[in-house]
Formats: sequence, structure tokens, C-alpha cells
Amino acid sequence: MAKMLGSDAVLRALEAEGVDVCFGIPGGAILPIYDAFARGTTVRHVLARHEQGAGHMAEGFARASGKVGVAMATSGPGATNLVTAIADAWMDSTPLVCVTGQVRTHLIGTDAFQECDITGVTIPIVKHSWLVQHVEEIPHVMKAAFHIARTGRCGPVLVDVPRDIQEAAIDFEYPDEVDLPGWKPPRRGHPKQIKEAAKAIAAAEKPVLYVGGGTLNGEATAELRELAELWRIPVVTTLMGKGAFPETHELHFGWPGMHGPKWSNFAMNKSDLLIACGSRFDDRVTGKLSAFAPGATVIHLDIDAAEIGKLRDADIPVVGPLKQVIADVSAELRRLDAAGAPSKTEAWLKQIADWRDEFPLRYSKTGEYLKPQAVVEALQGLTAGRDDVIWTTGVGQHQMWAMQYVRCDRPRTFITSGGLGTMGYGLPAAVGAKAARPDATVVCIDGDGCFQMTCQELATAVLENLPIVVVIVNNGYLGMVQQWQNMFFEDRLSQVHLTHQIPEYSQLAEAYGAAGYTVSSEDELEGVLAEALSLGRTAVVDARVDPREQCFPMIPAGAAALDMIEFQEETTEEAFR
Amino acid sequence: MRHTISVHVENKPGALMRVTSLFARRGFNIDSLAVGPTERPDVSRITLRVDCEQHTLEQIEKQMHKLVNVLRVTELEPGESVERELALIKVAAPPEKRAELMALADVFHARVADLGADAMVFEITGSPEDIDSFEELVRPHGVKELVRTGRIGLSRASIRRQASRRQHVLS
Repeated sequence: MAKMLGSDAVLRALEAEGVDVCFGIPGGAILPIYDAFARGTTVRHVLARHEQGAGHMAEGFARASGKVGVAMATSGPGATNLVTAIADAWMDSTPLVCVTGQVRTHLIGTDAFQECDITGVTIPIVKHSWLVQHVEEIPHVMKAAFHIARTGRCGPVLVDVPRDIQEAAIDFEYPDEVDLPGWKPPRRGHPKQIKEAAKAIAAAEKPVLYVGGGTLNGEATAELRELAELWRIPVVTTLMGKGAFPETHELHFGWPGMHGPKWSNFAMNKSDLLIACGSRFDDRVTGKLSAFAPGATVIHLDIDAAEIGKLRDADIPVVGPLKQVIADVSAELRRLDAAGAPSKTEAWLKQIADWRDEFPLRYSKTGEYLKPQAVVEALQGLTAGRDDVIWTTGVGQHQMWAMQYVRCDRPRTFITSGGLGTMGYGLPAAVGAKAARPDATVVCIDGDGCFQMTCQELATAVLENLPIVVVIVNNGYLGMVQQWQNMFFEDRLSQVHLTHQIPEYSQLAEAYGAAGYTVSSEDELEGVLAEALSLGRTAVVDARVDPREQCFPMIPAGAAALDMIEFQEETTEEAFR
Repeated sequence: MRHTISVHVENKPGALMRVTSLFARRGFNIDSLAVGPTERPDVSRITLRVDCEQHTLEQIEKQMHKLVNVLRVTELEPGESVERELALIKVAAPPEKRAELMALADVFHARVADLGADAMVFEITGSPEDIDSFEELVRPHGVKELVRTGRIGLSRASIRRQASRRQHVLS
């Protein structure tokens, strides 16, 4: 036991949890904790320029490393600025511990300066939260916070510490165990259910592995690959699952949903067995739920029992850690194989490959403008085969093009905001990913709208020596909104025009101490991108692309997946222009 | 269909709010709610009455299981549980009506909790149906005020607790 202040106890807890970096901004109610930083700690603090940025950095760190991300903010506005990142982490199951300062205990409830009931505000978007009431609670609250964030289905937790408690004295001893009688995440999938699942897979002729982010969070990618290869099952990875299975593997067949290619959606919707692995039948994946994969039996493997039957009834649910569950399904299949029931998926694999040949991703390569897809394709071309590249994105058209044209062969190399769809996520997430993987080249494929929501974090990237490459797919529009107005509101464009040239992104980058480039033709594209990638310092590439390029294919919201709108040369040129 | 759900929660700040917030967030309506201590000082029991389909009920139960403060969620099946409510009813009672009202109360084992010049307050404990009936009968006399607690319930001592129907999913 050691005598110290509550503020020191918070940092000793972070150290005990193996946290080597955290992200935040100080302020009045969290001053004692920041003073503890100044007095000495092994935890590196990365100073963000906005608490939302700090939150997304912690998320990017968590996604790239598999560890818990830590964000810190002061009370009131500092804490509320974290809310977007907390909601984002909630939707995408990112393990996050947020530590916020709170006004002194005797001022709580009095509308004191910078007071906000942040535990109340965040109740619907955290796994759990604590308003620390006594300094003695700090060690076990911190222990529980990390434990809850990373066990079961990962997600955000919040620890709100009033200033007087940070200043109070404590005999510090960090507990080895947590005492949480109400927190019992599933430890093993049920053997009987696993047998049933294996039997269904063995009997299926048209199975599809529908792989979501839970497979990455569950560290089950090796087991997934073993299962897919063992039984020759085609794999479709969701936006959140991108990278959970090598995308250059012959069994990988794209990404499902609203902007997924036709062959992926055909595979899902015409399958006779969907094996959902840590995926949650999101509306952006299924389209009209009642018309989704009508002929498929559903095996649903998930750590979260509440996902079973939430949207699509599961015929064979297995609740447990995916690493064990998938491995056990493979073991069971091997037994069935030995008993003379081999895989019969070859015709199905050929069918999906034929669809891929018949309906490839296409876009028009004519016209005066650089095409956004060409920018992403060039980035992919320049980095193909490298195992040290991490991608992050914002949200919108550029994100969908990144999904379609970037190939990720490794887990934790594609970091994006899926569930909440948080514009501005990409740049700070890239900074966080760089902090987690200093060896990696971190590339943020961003939109011009997204970039302007969090571009102040360029200062963080430059000053904290966390160099990233930001490639702005600059179409001068809130592109995805423009696309919906174009397609569903008779092209009445309403409040979506941002312009190509204001701000002048390369100058803005220079102002932040980063390298700035502008490119608007295919001839210069590769050279500029290659230079930015090899620079070793933070760079921003303003790629000025076709302002009215639309992202295809597209399943309109609420439509059946098979009623997708496809790219057609003449339609794009005429009707959609 | 109406269901009674009994939730054991840790007796900690915010536990009730977390449970009720879950109902609000997922769009489930609560008909009645009762919270109180149990045989263990560190555990409270929340009894909720909800009107929803079976599928929705399963979803609610699973979502509640994920709350850190929630220790146990059980549905009190009709016929396999004892359910009670308490009501206080202030009825207009001029002297000439008192005898009639008290005879009525006697049938329902309701007690007179207070008596004034022109009104009396009845206290009745019973199954929600009994209270409905009593309320029905005194209403013509003029109900001035009425308050009912949410219902509380326990599984019957005479029936062994059934294993959860969804054990394979939740275990």
C-alpha cells in the first residue's frame, strides 16, 4: 500500500492496466490528474485539440492495437465533447475507457461552472459508468472499468471523478480481481449448439460466412480462416469486418450491403446457409429485412446473446467467445469429414466467381475530372503487398470507395466508423492508430466534408510526432448527401456544396506544419501519392475529383438487396448529371 | 400480451435509472414499476409490468442481462407466482353511506385507513384483479383520489422454479 492522492491513483491504475498512451485535453475539473501527469508517469499523454478528436484517437488506438483505448477530458463541455466518440465506440463495440473530471462533490447538482451530469447523459451509450463518490473507490472502479470495456462484447465505459476526490488522500492498492456479480460474459459456446452448427454447415451446398467486426474484437481471425479453408466456404466481410479475412484470398468474396458489389450481395441473398460471425444484421447490410436471404438457414455466432434474434431469427444460435466457438465448429466438421460427409461447395464457389466476372465494380473513366475511385485504386496499387499499412476513413462516398477498392489482408488494418457513421472520424482515428503502431504507414482516406470536422488534429499529428497521410477525396460536396438528393430528390441539391477550393487544403496543411499537395489529374496522381506515402511526415493530399461522381452499386434504403441500382455508363452520364 | 418481470439489481446509485433508460431507449413501454429492498441489503428488486410480444420480451430480458448492476431477470408466469398491489382510495362518504361502504370493504378485506366528515380513505391489498373490482364498486360513490403501487410478485413457494426456456442462449 502506498499513500497518495486520488489523482495519482488514477494514473497508477492506468499503469497497472498496461496503458502506454492516452489521449485528452486538460481543464479545470481534471487539473489534479494532469498535475499527476506532470509529477511523473509511464503513460504517454497525447494532447488533442478537441475532446472529440481525443475520443476518436483512443478509438483508432484501440482498433489498431486490440487494447483498450483511453481518453480524458474535463467536466462539462470537455465531457460532452467526448459524447460523439463514446456513441461511436458503443455502436462499433470499441473498447474505451473515458476518464472525465467532475465538479467538486459538494457542488454536484447546483449547476456549478462547467457542471454536466455526464454519467446521466451517456447512460444509453456506455456499457457501464461510475460517478466516483469516495476516493477509496478509485482502484476497484478503474479495475472494473478496464475489465468491462474489454470482456464480453467490447465497448465504452466512463469514469467520472469529482475534483475533490482527485485531491483526497488514499492508501493505494490495486486489486487483482474484480468483484462484479452482475457481469458474467459468456465463457463457452454450448457444445450441443456447436454440433448443430457443424451439421448444418456439412449439409449446406451454398453456405456463406457473413463476417463482422466481432470476429476482429474476438481475435478469431485465424480460426475463421481455418474454418473457411477447411470447408471451402466463401467469406463476405462487412465494413466493420474488413480485414478479418485476407481480401486477396480466393475464398474472399467482397462486402455486403448498400454499396457492396453485386456478387457479394448475390452470395448472401441466394445462400442456403448464412453463418453470421460477430455480425448483427445491420440495416445497411440487409436492406429490407423481410426480403433478406429468404432461403437461408441462419447460424448466428456471437458473444452477445442480445444480438441473437434481434433482427433476424437464428435457427442455430451459439453464444460465446468466437475464438473458441469457431475453432470448435471446425473440430466438429473435421469429425464429420472423417465420417464421410465432405464439403460440397465447389459449384457454389464457381457460381459466385462467375457473378464476380459478370458484374464487376465499374466506373466511368472518361470526362474532364479525376475520378475518386481512381484515387483509391492508385493508393491500393502503391501499397499492394505491404503488411505495414493501416487505413482509416471518414464517412460517406469516399468510405464506400475505400471499402470497394482497398484490399486488406490483415486484421486491424481498416479502421472506420460503421454503426454511428461519424463524419470526421478518420483523421483523429489515424493519429490514434499511429500511436498504436508507430512502425505502420497510416493512411486516412477522407472526404472534404469529413476532413473539415476534425482537421484541427493535424496539429496533434505534427507536434506529437505521429505522422499520418491524409488523402482527401475532394469532390467539393457533402458527397453522399448529394448522391441521395440526386437519386431520391430529383437532383434538388440542398446545402451540400462545399466547393473544391475553400479552404485551400494544401495551404491549410502547411499552416499546420504538414506537407500539402494538390492533385487534379490522373497523370500526376501516382507521383504525388507515392511522395506523400514515403515522406515520413504528416502529409495532406487534396485530390480534386469529379464533383458529381456517384457511388455504385447502391441498394436504396429500405429496398431489397437484390433490387440494387447498378452503374450504367449512359445513366450516369445522362440521368444522374 | 402483458408480462410481469422481476429484476434483481445491485443496490447501487443509478441502477434503477439504467434499467428504466433501457426500456425508454429500445421503445418499450412500462405499465407499472415497483422498487424496493429484498432479503439481502445489497440487492433491490424491481418489478416491471410490460405489455409486449414474446419476441420483444426476450429482447428486453437479454438487454437487461447485459447491464452490470443487474443480477437476475425472471419472468413471473401467471399461475406460478403470487402478485400483489396496494391501493389507497379516498371515497366520498357522507354519514348515511358509511355503513354501506364499510360492508363493501369488508368483502374485499379492505381497511379504513382514515375517516373524515364527508370522506374516507380505504387501504386495500390484493391481486390487481381484486383491486380493480373494489375500485369498480366504490366508483359510483365518488372516488376523490386514488393511488396504486406498481405490482410486486414472487414465484410460488409450492412450485419449483422452472429452468429458463432460453438457457442455451443465455448460458
